[in-house]
Amino acid sequence: MSKRSIVPFGPQHPVLPEPIHLDLVLEDEKVVEAIPSIGFVHRGLEKLVEKKEFTEYVYVAERICGICSFMHGMGYCQAVENIMDIKVPDRAEYLRTLWAELSRIHSHLMWLGLLADAFGFESLFMHCWRLREQILDIFETTTGGRVIFSVCKIGGVRKDIDKDTLKGIVTILDKMQKELKELTDVFIEDYSVQHRLVGVGVLTKQEAHDVGAVGPMMRASGIAQDMRMLGYAAYKYLDFEPVVENDGDCYARTLVRIREIYQSMNLIRQCVEKMPEGEIEEKFKGMPQGERYERLEQPRGEVIYYVKANGTKFLDRVRVRTPTFTNVPALLKVLQGCELADVPMMVLTIDPCISCTER
Amino acid sequence: MSFLKKSPWIIHYDGTSCNGCDIEVLACLTPLYDVERFGVVNTGNPKHADILLITGSVNEQNKDVVWQIFNQMANPKVVVAVGICATSGGIFAECYNVMGGVDKIIPVDVYVPGCAARPESIIDGVVKALDILEEKRVALARRRRKARKARPVSLTNLF
Repeated sequence: MSKRSIVPFGPQHPVLPEPIHLDLVLEDEKVVEAIPSIGFVHRGLEKLVEKKEFTEYVYVAERICGICSFMHGMGYCQAVENIMDIKVPDRAEYLRTLWAELSRIHSHLMWLGLLADAFGFESLFMHCWRLREQILDIFETTTGGRVIFSVCKIGGVRKDIDKDTLKGIVTILDKMQKELKELTDVFIEDYSVQHRLVGVGVLTKQEAHDVGAVGPMMRASGIAQDMRMLGYAAYKYLDFEPVVENDGDCYARTLVRIREIYQSMNLIRQCVEKMPEGEIEEKFKGMPQGERYERLEQPRGEVIYYVKANGTKFLDRVRVRTPTFTNVPALLKVLQGCELADVPMMVLTIDPCISCTER
Repeated sequence: MSFLKKSPWIIHYDGTSCNGCDIEVLACLTPLYDVERFGVVNTGNPKHADILLITGSVNEQNKDVVWQIFNQMANPKVVVAVGICATSGGIFAECYNVMGGVDKIIPVDVYVPGCAARPESIIDGVVKALDILEEKRVALARRRRKARKARPVSLTNLF
């Protein structure tokens, strides 16, 4: 047996924009064990419910993570709405779905870019981020913000999108789809990309089930689980199937995310087609009383919101279980026995969002 | 500022940011804003960097990391606090694990407000930082010259 050595990975690492620290125990070039240490981004924002009113807390919820910011706000709003029995108008639900799916496209494109950067394909990284800016432009015209846009509120949404803009969004997406096709073909067919991804970090179906992986990580291992099938917001009116791949390696996880971008584009087209006229928010009175679990599908997987209210304007407890937190055991599982050079690849394919995980 | 005297290399560290400012910092480097055409390069190594961009506030766990990155950078160096969290703690100022702005730990030269800070304002902040970098360079050179004059070192003095 060769000598064991420990290589620290992070918290400040060129591959990751975010701080996570892993102690990698190596035997020659093979990783035997990975020991994570966390807490670099911990703010303790769940305790802020004691200081902010429940209507104000939407802003805090949106700032749990800047990438899936809209869906965090949406999850919190849905939980409070369900406690207070507020019926959100249909148009608001469609608008929420539209923004949520746009967020998914932006998040997945960003992830594809970071993945390309991790295996050293810089021009691909730049192209992914160039396409992503078009989505951010849509956000800016419809909400006013680029990454955090506080457009969700309890009872509905703040802003409406007029008919022409909706048509414009579809036109932009149609144009983008052609460019995206060229881009994703590189990920799918390029020899050097496949060389880095195929067969790397395999998580079998049974393992994925045992460690409780969620989101694209789980769907890449052949388990069809998608919280959107629960039919929250306007998903109950839309027609789609969860994207599933069976190989469970980094390549399969990339494929799942690529196919999900096209799926989201399709969902947005359906949204625009079916969007009804009407109000965008429901006025409400009173304070929430009771508790509620809310499950949502974020770009990274399932997020659970638990809200407990006591009839005053301050909530008792808000608990968020975020997708990356659940995927960390899966990451530690795939890291065992891999090559040191593949570590950035593995860390990226769970699509880590550390600020979600540590809150 | 009509032209750049220097290609500034930046290092980016994420404090307790929500990623919003982080992805905007990265967006500055990608085709739409593309600061690389001005010679601004993102590096992972503190020893190569001139400008430290910090997003998010500091907490008990990461204050040593921030301090270490700052100390490993060679003089002259400039610190830019990006986003309202790095400036004062922002919406999270009341959280139990947030100590406040980055200036609690290291000296900050430029503050870029915004939640999330827009790429335009981040680039603006970096341009401001460049002027400060130049001032610091001049001051450092003057200090070194003075020190050399005050204590002339020659081989005969050493023995």
